[in-house]
Amino acid sequence: MASKFQRSNRTGWLMAGPAGLLIAGFVILPFFFAFALSFTNQRLISPNPTEFTGLANYRQLLGMAVLTVDPVVDAAGAVVLKDGVPEYPAIRSFTRNNPDYPHLQGMREWTSFTWGDSRTYILARDVVFLTAIVNTFIFVIVVAPVQAGLALGLALLINQRLRGINLFRAIYFMPVVVSIVVVSLLWRFIYDGNSGLLNNLLGAISFGAIPQIDWLGNPSTALGAIIAMSIWQAVGFHMVIWLSGLQTISPTLYEAGAIEGASKWQTFRYITWPGLRNTAVLVLIVITMQAFALFAQIDVMTSGGPLDSTQTIVFQAIERGYGKQDISGGSAISVILFVIVLTISLIQRWLTRERT
Amino acid sequence: MKHSNWLAGAAVAAISLGGAAQAQTTLSMWYHGAGNEVEAKIVDQIIADFNASQTDWKVEMQSFPQAAYNDSVVAGALAGNLPDILDVDGPVMPNWAWSGYMQPLQIDETLIEGFLPGPKGYWDGKLYSIGLWDAAVALVTRQSYLDELGLRTPTLEQPWTGEEFMAALEAAKASGKFEYAFDPGMAWTGEWYPYAFSPFLQSFGGDIVDRSTYKTAEGALNGEAAIAFGEWWQGLFTNGYAQASQDPADRDSGFAAGKYAFSWNGNWAALGALSTFEDTVFLPAPDFGNGSKIGAASWQFGVSASSKHPEGASAFIQFALQDKYLAAFSNGIGLIPPTKTAAEMTDNYKDGGPMAVFYDLTKAQALVRPVTPGYVVQAKVFEKALADIANGANVADTLDAAVDEINADIEKNGGYGH
Amino acid sequence: MATISADNHGLRLATRYAVLVLIAIVFIFPLVFMLMSSLKPDQQLLQDTASLRAFLPVGDVSLRNYTAAFDRAPVALFIFNSVLVTGVTVVLSLLVCSMAAFAFVFIGWKGRDFLLTVILATLIVPFETIAIPLLLIASKLPWIGMDGLTWGWLNSYHVQIVPFIADGLTIFLFVQYFKDLPGELIEAARVEGATWPQIYRRIVMPLAGPVLATAAILKFLAMYNQYLWPLMVVQQEGYRPVMVGLQYFFQQNVAWGEVMAYLSMITVPVLAFYLYLQRAFIASIASTGVKG
Repeated sequence: MASKFQRSNRTGWLMAGPAGLLIAGFVILPFFFAFALSFTNQRLISPNPTEFTGLANYRQLLGMAVLTVDPVVDAAGAVVLKDGVPEYPAIRSFTRNNPDYPHLQGMREWTSFTWGDSRTYILARDVVFLTAIVNTFIFVIVVAPVQAGLALGLALLINQRLRGINLFRAIYFMPVVVSIVVVSLLWRFIYDGNSGLLNNLLGAISFGAIPQIDWLGNPSTALGAIIAMSIWQAVGFHMVIWLSGLQTISPTLYEAGAIEGASKWQTFRYITWPGLRNTAVLVLIVITMQAFALFAQIDVMTSGGPLDSTQTIVFQAIERGYGKQDISGGSAISVILFVIVLTISLIQRWLTRERT
Repeated sequence: MKHSNWLAGAAVAAISLGGAAQAQTTLSMWYHGAGNEVEAKIVDQIIADFNASQTDWKVEMQSFPQAAYNDSVVAGALAGNLPDILDVDGPVMPNWAWSGYMQPLQIDETLIEGFLPGPKGYWDGKLYSIGLWDAAVALVTRQSYLDELGLRTPTLEQPWTGEEFMAALEAAKASGKFEYAFDPGMAWTGEWYPYAFSPFLQSFGGDIVDRSTYKTAEGALNGEAAIAFGEWWQGLFTNGYAQASQDPADRDSGFAAGKYAFSWNGNWAALGALSTFEDTVFLPAPDFGNGSKIGAASWQFGVSASSKHPEGASAFIQFALQDKYLAAFSNGIGLIPPTKTAAEMTDNYKDGGPMAVFYDLTKAQALVRPVTPGYVVQAKVFEKALADIANGANVADTLDAAVDEINADIEKNGGYGH
Repeated sequence: MATISADNHGLRLATRYAVLVLIAIVFIFPLVFMLMSSLKPDQQLLQDTASLRAFLPVGDVSLRNYTAAFDRAPVALFIFNSVLVTGVTVVLSLLVCSMAAFAFVFIGWKGRDFLLTVILATLIVPFETIAIPLLLIASKLPWIGMDGLTWGWLNSYHVQIVPFIADGLTIFLFVQYFKDLPGELIEAARVEGATWPQIYRRIVMPLAGPVLATAAILKFLAMYNQYLWPLMVVQQEGYRPVMVGLQYFFQQNVAWGEVMAYLSMITVPVLAFYLYLQRAFIASIASTGVKG
């Protein structure tokens, strides 16, 4: 790039300018708008004037506190046992209308653990949002590697010369072609707790040993069910990206490898994988971004339930911004998401940087 | 003679047409019924009749699919692009009126004296919207089920008590004939929850928000009555009377397929139930201590605040209030006509008609949802609380959290103008 | 000896196909379900979901749902709108984004790294979170069209197109692909006096088949499935796209058979587009690796 033939300020700006302008006007400007809103009390619909409220929205979303309580003791000072374990005073006695604990007003239990006799509670101002963050991370951590790996496997499988291979390519890509909203609608039938296809299939292959499970209605299976469907839906898309990467690798390299007697694994390890470097970065980043934006499946299939087991960050942003008309709170969630993903992608870029 | 008559007629027609084209001011109108052919036909008819009935105004309609309608209106308002006439779901009206999207109607209020209370949309003492129908919910079952299970048939005067209702569910469950004794309609997420289930809470003596001030939900949604309601609600699911997660297909066809003994459903589904089982009966809501309650208010018409011709928009709405149109909607889509005279013109709601009971139910028991701009948020909070409790969440904690969220929202909105 | 190896070969081929077919079943069954359901009346459709009958055209099979869908909604209009908006956006997007990526990868210029970083950062912003501010902006923009100068972009095709022409993901796709192209080729061309537009047109784009196909299908899908934005900016049925049209079928009692018929119909253009791309680009490029 150092060559003087390859420098041209004018051409560079001219060619990148249209895209830059469009993105500035239709993405960056609105985002700054949203950023500014997150520091106000702006409502989606309201005759009230907008006021600057500083970090109030962020405090509301992320506020946490720790409360350690001693077990209930009887008149003699002995710990009261209930079913063999010490009993603790109800958290709502601290967090509701208790003048001694004004900073805990309105908080809820996020998690708790026992240390010695006393019990420590982590309280949060917005338990649902914290749950949404955790769920989103679980989703990303499972989906990113599994989807990328499966997609690569499929791409390798499909990148062979076989009669009719194009048909299989098209079929593997089919779920991508159908909108995620539509796919979610279809899978609701499949996951149905009573007469769903999945239950009937599992029942049939296990001769009835596997009980009927309400996949989307059970807090312990709902997120997993959505993860599985999401991987299934989008894996074909990443297969195509891998495929376009595979196809840039020159056949002469493979021929050379074959002449030297390279095994299949060696071919992959020393020819294919190095040639997929930029593609791998792309696939990983794109999957991560898409996974963090998880929304449509949730909206159609569970609305965040049951018991918040499928709440996600973007679902919360939209539920608040539009559903509950709290556009400033929704914007604050968007900003938090932006910061999280930016941090992660900087780490990703650092990890996948080209070492020299 | 004949010939010249024809010519004269044509000339008159041409003049009046030309005159109409010049003088008629166009009024735009948004309606939520896209995709519903029967409804669209009736609305089109009213518009055509209105446009032909006078020379000042010409209404043009844009229809939207219902699921996208509210978002479209909010977006339209944000972009400064609302029509003259719009329709609005009854409980949402105060939100739009308070936000300055709507203006009071200019219609002769003596015309609506005979209306059921549900279709009349009052906010801040003024009439902002008026409905051409109401909707009601009833406990749908079959006479044969009642007979087999040996249950008393409840009446409007003597509805089932809470205990009788639970005994009925227990009998249905014990009979082993049904997948579930009761189908509350859990699959219909969204507005169905507050519309259909908050009357139970009110019958227990609680409410979504304290209606004396509309400034807090404390006590109303987490007081003793509300907690009793919550425990009862949770019991429906933990005791196996109902399923917490239901698929939409079961909701649509489960009762017809004999999966449920009792279905909590609206009058819009009544025609279908009647055509499946001739002995379908519609029972009043059980009384949990504070009387039988059901929800009221459905879609209504109003005038947008930005309309430059509110008198024309109001004229159209007033025109639509004729009994023949009220009856047409009822006959077409099974809705409850808002006047007795219109009810007498319908097949289903006239005295002795198969659904006349709904008219009486609405008249006797209907309670509108909280009349406050905050209802839009409160409905969402209530829905989530009920879903969580049905799925096993701690009742008192869940209701406390709901109260906190509702109160925080009221505070954030400066009391919503109450 | 020869026969054994032939058998071996045949067996291996059979195994390969068996694997391919098994995977294919996993990917295609919901679509078969959709298609078959579209032929059945609601009652039967719902009963069939419990068994393998869901995948078979059995029982009371007819095209009634399709005619009913046309009666309920202007299906052809919705598909036309979506295809038009999507098609125009895809073409413009490929042009604008590939040009930008070209400048980012091959040309040295002041501000390049900064601008690229900013554009990549926009990848993170989910559209839903900026929709309201974008609506406020779009409702005040000027436009010069057939009616002369107008203000506000609501109720038009361009409001559904222009904001989506340039996006970080498409640029990123091109950038990552261009990085793999041999840089010497471009340098040599420069030395020989080729202009930048010539290099873009004659050297880089002819090699960009696979990424053009990928970017095109990705953009096509994103645009074709637009819901929230058209819902907010289009109030006239005449400009409404397919995903908003889908809501016509979700009445109080969902007409599932018609939903399936509608879904089957709106899937056709996407599938056709993908198959076209597969033929035009991917297949043709399969044997011509470009990496040195």
